Amino acid sequence: MARRPSLISSASVVTLLAVTTTFAQSSGAASTPGQTHGSPSGLGRAPTQAELRAWDLSIGPDGAELPPGKGNALQGALVFTLRGCAACHGPTGVEGPGPLLVGGKATLSTNYFPVRYWPYAPSIWDYIMRAMPYDKPGHLTHDEVYALTAFLLYKNDIIKEDEVMDARTLPKVQMPHRADYKGPSPAQWTPNSPRGFKIVP
Amino acid sequence: MRRETQLDRRRFLKKGVALAGLATGAPVVGASRAEAAAAAVDLNATEQVLYGQRSRFVTTTRVIEGSSHRDIAPPRPNPYRPSARTPLGESVGIITPTSLHFTTQHNYGIPDINPAEHKLMIHGLVDRPLVFTVDELKRFPSVSRIHFLECVGNRPAPGGKTVSDTHGRMACSEWTGVPLSVLLREAGIKNSATWLIAEGSDGGKHEKSVPLAKALDDVLVAYGQNGEPVRPDHGFPLRLIVPGFEGIYNVKWLRRLKLVDQAYVTFQEHSRFIGSNPRTQPDSYAFGPSSVITFPSGSQRLSGRGQHVISGLAWSGGGEVKRVDVSVDGGKTYQEARLTGAVLPKAHTRFELVWRWEGEEAVLQSRCTDVKGQVQPTEAEYAKYWGFARQQLYTTIQSQLGHCNWIMPWKVNRDGSVTNGLPPVGAVVDVHG
Repeated sequence: MARRPSLISSASVVTLLAVTTTFAQSSGAASTPGQTHGSPSGLGRAPTQAELRAWDLSIGPDGAELPPGKGNALQGALVFTLRGCAACHGPTGVEGPGPLLVGGKATLSTNYFPVRYWPYAPSIWDYIMRAMPYDKPGHLTHDEVYALTAFLLYKNDIIKEDEVMDARTLPKVQMPHRADYKGPSPAQWTPNSPRGFKIVP
Repeated sequence: MRRETQLDRRRFLKKGVALAGLATGAPVVGASRAEAAAAAVDLNATEQVLYGQRSRFVTTTRVIEGSSHRDIAPPRPNPYRPSARTPLGESVGIITPTSLHFTTQHNYGIPDINPAEHKLMIHGLVDRPLVFTVDELKRFPSVSRIHFLECVGNRPAPGGKTVSDTHGRMACSEWTGVPLSVLLREAGIKNSATWLIAEGSDGGKHEKSVPLAKALDDVLVAYGQNGEPVRPDHGFPLRLIVPGFEGIYNVKWLRRLKLVDQAYVTFQEHSRFIGSNPRTQPDSYAFGPSSVITFPSGSQRLSGRGQHVISGLAWSGGGEVKRVDVSVDGGKTYQEARLTGAVLPKAHTRFELVWRWEGEEAVLQSRCTDVKGQVQPTEAEYAKYWGFARQQLYTTIQSQLGHCNWIMPWKVNRDGSVTNGLPPVGAVVDVHG
């Protein structure tokens, strides 16, 4: 823990949250209890709205599920410092010891690709939201995640420093290596799909 | 994330042994086994009656991997735990004891889940989104099936000293649970659904896209493993079992299944595949045919001249193993091995060949053919398929390479010692989890 920047005074958190206009991530809104509704076995119940809000984190490549909230790179730089990101990734995202966030090159010996090689910008939001900060995942607000996403995109020369990322703008960001990504083939898998590697000596 | 040479890994392991007193997993056959035994326990004590344990003279353990996050300094996630490989060198039969089954957590630790509070949500492109408790899942008719699990990180490499080094990121268990197809029909699948996303409750909330056709084919939501509840390090109380597919599909601590109309290009899916090689298959699913000799294997020693049994495991994501051939002359000639027990689809299959050793140098290797007629390739065939120089098989990370199912030779030396039979290649880039 020695390298960790002194944590955020509560005053600075208040300032930060004021700057980034928090979006309520809490699922505190009243929810009606789920009820059984017509499964063949009669087992199971409908999820509550609160359960769906808390759990339905998956953001697809087109960003359709991105929630309300916004942030730009200037705010993201602040979040990066205050939320302790630099403790693993270094003060500017390159020093480590954790994975490189700015620049870098993907090769055949690269495991997780540097951010600029990710094919879809909404995936950055998805991953920060679900898995970061590493020691305390799931504790960032939606605004903070938008701000951090903008910060990473700006530091990788993909957007401008004052560009605001939100549910509308983030899916439109063109990732520079999109064309290099080979997604799953459009043909659906079947039990007889060839493995593509068939050698008969 | 990890990149390190074999040398680094050995150094880590040595350090680990010194610090924790753990076995390296290099099986010690013969001499020093008894010396390594733990202190005697009262085998008649009540706790032994209530919950048995193995003999103190059996000391095999899992083999701890180096840190997945190579150099990462604290803060680490809490909980955090390193991955570990199966010690295959002393395995018998086809079932891996759960305590020795390899584990990997995608860089987060193992959640401590109260099954009474755990829920599984099925939603997305369904007629009726549903939440099930674990108890409710047990009110559906169950199935039990034996399947192997393998990490794409498994790769026979020249630096590997033991069969745990070369193939230990795999294991085989009996899994008990509910067919996912049953649960999806409970929710009602909309016509537009083509994929599902499976998500776990670990710190990183690991998620993986699964083709819907596979989900409806033979995927299980498992709560049982080898006759008992799935253990915490294998996904307690619920995990997905996606037979024959890469390990990463088998989401542990399963809490959510969302039906969608496209692959979701999750973190584990998008960030390892570069478009430069036409053989790269981002949608590679099921493992090809594979096999490896577990005895005699690296770091073991033949106890004397005369009769020995060459024993190993064969498996394929394509279905049943059809036959296994064994060579004692480095692949010049092969003889068909005997399959010793159950031959099950997408499961480990044990093979044996009785062999007389008269003190000569020998190179032992096995070759699997599966029910689809797919044949396990040699290292040279694999490299040729990719258009790679041999070295590139070991400087490309495993997940970009596909499934490294090439034939593994073990060299028996004149003194009975057994060493890796793949010629040296220099530095190896090794990544798992």
